[in-house]
Amino acid sequence: MPHLMTPLAISAYTATSALGLGLQAHAEALAASRGGLTPNDFSTAPLDCWIGRVAGVEDEPLPPEWAEWDCRNNRLAWIALRQDGFAEAVRAARERYGSARIAVLLGTSTASIGATEEGYRRLDHGNMPADLHRPALHTPHSLASFVAAAFELDGPCLTVATACSSSAKVFANAERMIRLGLIDAAIVGGTDSLCDSVLFGFNSLELVAPEPCRPFDAGRNGISIGEAAGFAILERLEAEKDAPLLIGYGEASDAHHMSTPHPEGLGAELALRDALARAGIEPRDVDYINLHGTASQKNDEVEAALVARTFPPTTRASSTKGFTGHTLGAAGVLEAAITLLAMRERQVPANLGTTTPDPLCGPQMAWRPEPAEIRIALSNSFGFGGNNACLAFARAERRA
Amino acid sequence: MSPALSVWISGIGLWAPGAGDWHAFRDIVADGAAPGETARPVADVLPPNERRRAPESVLLAVAVAGQAVRMSGRDAATLPCVFASAHGDQVITDYMCETLATAPRELSPTKFHNSVHNAPAGYWTIATGCHAASSAVSGGEEAFGAGLLEAATLAVADDRDVLLASYDIAGTGPLGSMTTTTGPFAVALVLSPRAEGAAVRLDITPERGNSGSEPMGDAWLDGLSASNPSARAVPLMRALALTRPAALRIAAARGLDLHIDIGVAA
Repeated sequence: MPHLMTPLAISAYTATSALGLGLQAHAEALAASRGGLTPNDFSTAPLDCWIGRVAGVEDEPLPPEWAEWDCRNNRLAWIALRQDGFAEAVRAARERYGSARIAVLLGTSTASIGATEEGYRRLDHGNMPADLHRPALHTPHSLASFVAAAFELDGPCLTVATACSSSAKVFANAERMIRLGLIDAAIVGGTDSLCDSVLFGFNSLELVAPEPCRPFDAGRNGISIGEAAGFAILERLEAEKDAPLLIGYGEASDAHHMSTPHPEGLGAELALRDALARAGIEPRDVDYINLHGTASQKNDEVEAALVARTFPPTTRASSTKGFTGHTLGAAGVLEAAITLLAMRERQVPANLGTTTPDPLCGPQMAWRPEPAEIRIALSNSFGFGGNNACLAFARAERRA
Repeated sequence: MSPALSVWISGIGLWAPGAGDWHAFRDIVADGAAPGETARPVADVLPPNERRRAPESVLLAVAVAGQAVRMSGRDAATLPCVFASAHGDQVITDYMCETLATAPRELSPTKFHNSVHNAPAGYWTIATGCHAASSAVSGGEEAFGAGLLEAATLAVADDRDVLLASYDIAGTGPLGSMTTTTGPFAVALVLSPRAEGAAVRLDITPERGNSGSEPMGDAWLDGLSASNPSARAVPLMRALALTRPAALRIAAARGLDLHIDIGVAA
């Protein structure tokens, strides 16, 4: 059994997705149940689907001193880092703790592979074209090494790439390092941007819906792919008295199939139990769950059954992928931010996009937005390879 | 100053061109044996049909992980695992980018799901029935050190044995010229938070700066070490093969080394 976790302060957080730049844009879109999906105008060959695209990423190159890292994924990260005073909070933490005492722990599924794809589209005599002759880009570590360089941090720097659970798992990496005294603070989060690899890749698996995704709808027929960046600073409680808290996390493996979840949701349930145990809470203590809810047949079937059999009706649950699309390796941190916003705004977000609920769903599902006092909330993230993560958060006053 | 992390080594696996497992590597380093023929990695943990179809990165990572767990005598089904790689499966990434540039709708669904960085972790957990936490990490050229720091942290923090496997395969195509990975290499360690009969302890302390690696004075080892990011482990593996106390530094990030004291029980 895992040990009870000492909560950590989330002293800053931010998110950027198809809903807009920063937390306020997300709060407004969620309050109004206004989604961000649009018809696909991104892939280099036509693909009939909807996407969650962040407007204007192409128009914002990185500052010249970081030109080596310039690509869509790092631009999206840089846009997000400048919202909600986040960059200033990182610099203040660096001032407080020193550059070697802050870890950069970021999740991504495809990092800047969009730049590698572009290089292959315009090869120069069979070689990467000169302007993309930048080894820092053509690696999964592109994002984390860029963020560490941009803030001049030289503590531990790790990329977690476990597909769609990536940027949830980094919260666990941070907790372990802080608990053991290796660091004083961590920048966690992640970024994934639209690229042909994921659009045509999920299309090849016949997992992409031709219309906006409908999580937990009886007639759902696949995911909508989105892009997003989100970040949070984790540090010890003493450092930040009024912040929301990370109170637990769980990680587990399905051991079932590379691209299909375990039929009984075994890994998902183990991750959930791990998170509850570390947080020292019971299912009845959970006020809200932000579900993985991709709108794929299998994920939603398994997750709906898990929620229905585990939680009382007073626990409210919704997937917000109808708002943002499935942002893959960024989904963990984006949905962590949405969960924290739900607490802050005292509103359970709607399960947008669904008209005919799947009969497998229990009474926990919030099909429409609901006013609520959310003291404790969970966020689920499950990935290819049967990789499952669950995060547990609490509102600030739980500390009294 | 006490080390930040102390872990014991209860299992070791290795595959290098010319050294098909840890024992062959140890014979070369400690007993002066000549490197042998390069053999296909033996990923016998995988069922035969998976072994035939598995991508190179999966074969390599699963082969060394299997060696290390077998030596440790631990049950793979209960071991949390960390799979580290600078670049993942570069052959699949090359295939993906080339196909997307020419005929995107013909992308192979199997290649796509094998392209995820956690494919080796996925195949490993499926083959061993492992429901514990599994992770797939990168740290660029410092991926081995970053993975070692993560695996040792997990072992001490949760007081559990942890499997670390670090692998990279040779680059190919236009991508290959960007990654400077010229040959395959993989290594695995089972790390334990307590001695429990293990003879070798690693005391690990992060220290600022990158000292760079000193040549080991052996053409084969130095060539190996320069060929592949995961082969940054070679100086550590050489010290383990010689089973005598030693101190060395391994980069874990830009500007961060791990100082490692290797302690050997008398």
